[in-house]
Amino acid sequence: MTSAPGFFSETFGKLKRDPLGLAGLGIVAVVLLSAIFASLLSPYDPLEVDVYDRLSSPSWQHWLGTDQLGRDILSRVLHGGRIALKVSLVAISVSLSAGLVLGMLAGFGPRWLDRILVVCFDTMRSFPTIMFALAIVVLTGPSLNTVIGIIIITSIPLYARIVRTQTQAVRGLDYILAERAMGASTARILRHHVLPNIAAPLLILASMDVPAVVGMEAGLSFLGLGVSPPTPSWGAILNDGYSYLRNSPWPIIAGGIPLILVTLGFTFLGESLRDIFDPRLRGKGGGHG
Amino acid sequence: MSDPVLDIRNLSVSYRTEQGLLRALRHVDLQVQPGRIVGIVGESGCGKSTLISAIIRLLAPNAEITGGSILWKGADLLSLDAKAMRALRGNEISMVFQDPMTSLNPVLTIGRQMTDVQHRDTRSMAEKRTRAIRMLERVDIPNPKEQLQRYPHQLSGGMRQRVAIAMALMTEPGLLIADEPTTALDATLEIQIIHRLQRLQRDFGCSILFISHHLGVIAELCEEVVVMYAGEVVEYGPMQDVFSNPLHPYTKKLLECDPARISEVSRHLPVISGHLPDLVDLPAGCVFCDRCDRAIDRCHTERPFAGKGPHRAACHLVNS
Repeated sequence: MTSAPGFFSETFGKLKRDPLGLAGLGIVAVVLLSAIFASLLSPYDPLEVDVYDRLSSPSWQHWLGTDQLGRDILSRVLHGGRIALKVSLVAISVSLSAGLVLGMLAGFGPRWLDRILVVCFDTMRSFPTIMFALAIVVLTGPSLNTVIGIIIITSIPLYARIVRTQTQAVRGLDYILAERAMGASTARILRHHVLPNIAAPLLILASMDVPAVVGMEAGLSFLGLGVSPPTPSWGAILNDGYSYLRNSPWPIIAGGIPLILVTLGFTFLGESLRDIFDPRLRGKGGGHG
Repeated sequence: MSDPVLDIRNLSVSYRTEQGLLRALRHVDLQVQPGRIVGIVGESGCGKSTLISAIIRLLAPNAEITGGSILWKGADLLSLDAKAMRALRGNEISMVFQDPMTSLNPVLTIGRQMTDVQHRDTRSMAEKRTRAIRMLERVDIPNPKEQLQRYPHQLSGGMRQRVAIAMALMTEPGLLIADEPTTALDATLEIQIIHRLQRLQRDFGCSILFISHHLGVIAELCEEVVVMYAGEVVEYGPMQDVFSNPLHPYTKKLLECDPARISEVSRHLPVISGHLPDLVDLPAGCVFCDRCDRAIDRCHTERPFAGKGPHRAACHLVNS
């Protein structure tokens, strides 16, 4: 790839001209950095209990106040970001890869294979996610890995179906037939011609899916099906705050704001990348005829 | 004459449809000599595309070869396994498609696609790029080095078709199949591409199987002509003979309909009245007899076969 060195600078250059995309990139960067350096940035141990200073409002000691056990909410939010990003990173990359393979098999493979896979995808999708999650948690007990597993299993059909549709749209096109006529194998066509055509929308979808996964982790943790206490997670912070909402609004506010930020950041970035990656919108030279 | 590189004998292909077996090709005979340009002419639906798909064995899943053989340098393509067939495609037989707007991958640069075509080669990337640049030069692409960085949508239709031709010739194939490569282009570009193909053919020494419904292009480019009608070869012969002395009534009518040959001023272009026969329920006799104004009784009952010789037609009037 000779265009590789210029690729990132070109993408970034275009991103710079899009204020929303730039804002998205900024938010994503802040969230990522604060999660990576959570232990350095946190003023307190997120698990440290201080019963004399419960449910306090924001102050110079505790910027975001404390929860019902006197734990520093800022430290918990920062560490909660780690959990959220770990879950979304692992879950999305695994389900995206699996969905990609299964979707391309269904979309490019023989008819019978397509039918079998589609029935599997549809069966999976027909379960309400929360019901499915409840059933799994009853079987395995709540844990972070269970959350990741649930998200992976429920997301694979989502990605696979999109990949399948995109693959089917591409497979009938002339240039795929041309590749076949030029002696390319199926594996080669999938890797070199189908994948680049469907990769950009998928990456954007994955980027926009981060908030959904973070929200799902928070939701499961809020319901007590996710990480077990005292592990800080945004959902757990919300759950704790919910019980003491009459005493102090700060845990809810502090747990909710990062969720909003992640949603906005990744959505802005995803939409901006979508516009940049579409080769039909890329470059303005010489397109006549 | 030497042995043909491509020798199609008695080839029949049918499609399974809901209405029944659609007999798209019937008893097709076609020979391509080394280094010759053979034109296939015929209206839409006459089986041209089915024929080329059969040659490279990329027929639709519901198609079935019901008889005959396709010999490539003496070896029967129909009995090759999938792997051997794939090795042949692009290497010995390559193809240029009709619409250059859709035959190049829109998300990959020209350079990437042109090096990708050489995937069987063990040469280094730099060498492959140099070869790609040389090939682009040979098809008259200006600034080939810069074009490698560009995407298909940044090139004009004529440029894209030239890129497609360059890609097809990259592996120096023995046979180039061109499926109406100039139909999507305007007339001035068409003639440029035709002359370019002629020169490339001389340089590479490959054979070309050129499919078109444009008689002028066939006359300009080809040395031999195959006229197809409703899935059958109705006339075959050297270009000069077929154009100056057409034997089959269909060829005669086809030539009369060519706008370039019309001498009288008329409000309407000439047409061949009637319709193609139903390929599911074929007539017993000649496929053209319903539209032929010279049909005799025998035409309705007995199928005509082409005679022998360099210029032949499947018509009772010619062979009796």
